[in-house]
Amino acid sequence: MRDVAVIGVGMTQFGELWGKSIKDIFVEAALKAIKSAGVDHIDSMYVGSMSSGLFVGQEHLGAVLVDYLGQNPIPATRVESACASGGAAFRAAYFEVASGASEIVLAGGVEKMTDGADVTDALATAADQEYEVYQGVTFPGLYAMIANAHMHQYKTTREQLAAIAVKNHANGANNPNAQFRNLVTLEQVMSSTLVADPLRLLDCSPVSDGGAAVILCSMDIAKKFTDTIVKVKGTAQASDTIALHSRKSLTTLNSVVSAAQKVYKMADVTPKDINFAEVHDCFTIAEAVVYEDLGFCEKGCGGPAAEEGRTAIEGKTPINTSGGLKSKGHPVGASGIAQIIELYEQLTGQAGKRQVKNAHIGLAQNMGGTGASCVINILEAV
Amino acid sequence: MITPRYHREIPQRYRLEAGKCQKCGEVSFPPRLVCPNCKSQEFETVRLNDEGKLLTYTIIRVASDKFFGTTPFAVGIVELNDGVKLTTQIADVDFDQLKIGQKVKLVFRKIQDEGKSGLHCYGYKAVLV
Ligand SMILES: [Zn+2]
Repeated sequence: MRDVAVIGVGMTQFGELWGKSIKDIFVEAALKAIKSAGVDHIDSMYVGSMSSGLFVGQEHLGAVLVDYLGQNPIPATRVESACASGGAAFRAAYFEVASGASEIVLAGGVEKMTDGADVTDALATAADQEYEVYQGVTFPGLYAMIANAHMHQYKTTREQLAAIAVKNHANGANNPNAQFRNLVTLEQVMSSTLVADPLRLLDCSPVSDGGAAVILCSMDIAKKFTDTIVKVKGTAQASDTIALHSRKSLTTLNSVVSAAQKVYKMADVTPKDINFAEVHDCFTIAEAVVYEDLGFCEKGCGGPAAEEGRTAIEGKTPINTSGGLKSKGHPVGASGIAQIIELYEQLTGQAGKRQVKNAHIGLAQNMGGTGASCVINILEAV
Repeated sequence: MITPRYHREIPQRYRLEAGKCQKCGEVSFPPRLVCPNCKSQEFETVRLNDEGKLLTYTIIRVASDKFFGTTPFAVGIVELNDGVKLTTQIADVDFDQLKIGQKVKLVFRKIQDEGKSGLHCYGYKAVLV
């Protein structure tokens, strides 16, 4: 397979975009990405969306969006892997270019969550409908059970989880596209409304509308469009049991461990070589567990790492410099692509106040459900 | 939940029927066509042991519309004595009594009222022993 580059990115503001439809949101992001890349056409596109059917009653999303983007008759396909849909769409676009089948491909993601659907019910479809959701468990509930097990096994504290939300809000405050640009304090997180014990409202990523898109092309032609080339150094995906309860351990996400092993091998790097990462912090506990499972620290040290500032922008391994899902917002299908955009901005020195010093290699980890699917991509400035 | 879907799950929800792999002995709940442990496709139907212990839990304060009006309620992951693990509500419990490792037993209860008709849907819940 040949080398693939990311040459342009675009995203909408994340938030409650009541005035915009799912079509408007996607097209805005895609046009920005096409303009940013400076390409005059795209050969194909993939769109990540978790549940446009439940959120806005619209399936056949590839066809809908390529039509409104004015790009008929190019092929367009929606990719679904719950909250990892964006990451999976990026992988599909990567393979189409790497294989030589296409030269220029758009990978996008979109979700419109504020049009009145029962969001808790729609999100729960990423879990086992018959044997988890039937019992009334919600997504915050599933991650709360991971949190309780992690606190029991590793003595992770409530304060450590709150420190993750505090850090991500501090980062998001400097991201113009973030849904929440306000700072929060430990006390505010720890006194916010309980959603599913021990998780509180400020441990949870919000309900968001938003779209994001990136343009990939072969390394051979990338230089024609830009001097700041970002190379896709590695990509991997892995799966785990759909139900959290079926796993041997409730505190290790095997899909993350497995995808990490594969992506490090493909990129020929170790966790030490990663300068910064965007990880799937749908809940604060998720960031702690993923940080461990990516091999950035020993098992059980994800909480202390945040508390001690090791994951802050000026820390050893900055995590979620964009604000993460927590502060930037989590329009589910768009999140995986928005992570790639943060990597691109950091690697090309365009992250402004969020800029990480010496950002050469970045990692994006995107997962579906309680980690039943996980996609990891590694990008490098060349 | 439409009626055929509910009806299909009755052996599991009412009688705790599981599939025991004829090759490696692993018990799958719900029954599967392929053993996740050894890939064998031969099973015998067994009834789950209805006692076990709590591996983790939470208290759901914000539920989906289907469970509106029933919050707060406790949910946990239970490991039964035969090694099978499942997600279940924990009924009749003072939340302060919940702790990891607690012994529990499965009982038959109403789980939810479905859709516009309000059809009662039943299944298992755990209670502290
Ligand atoms: Zn077997």
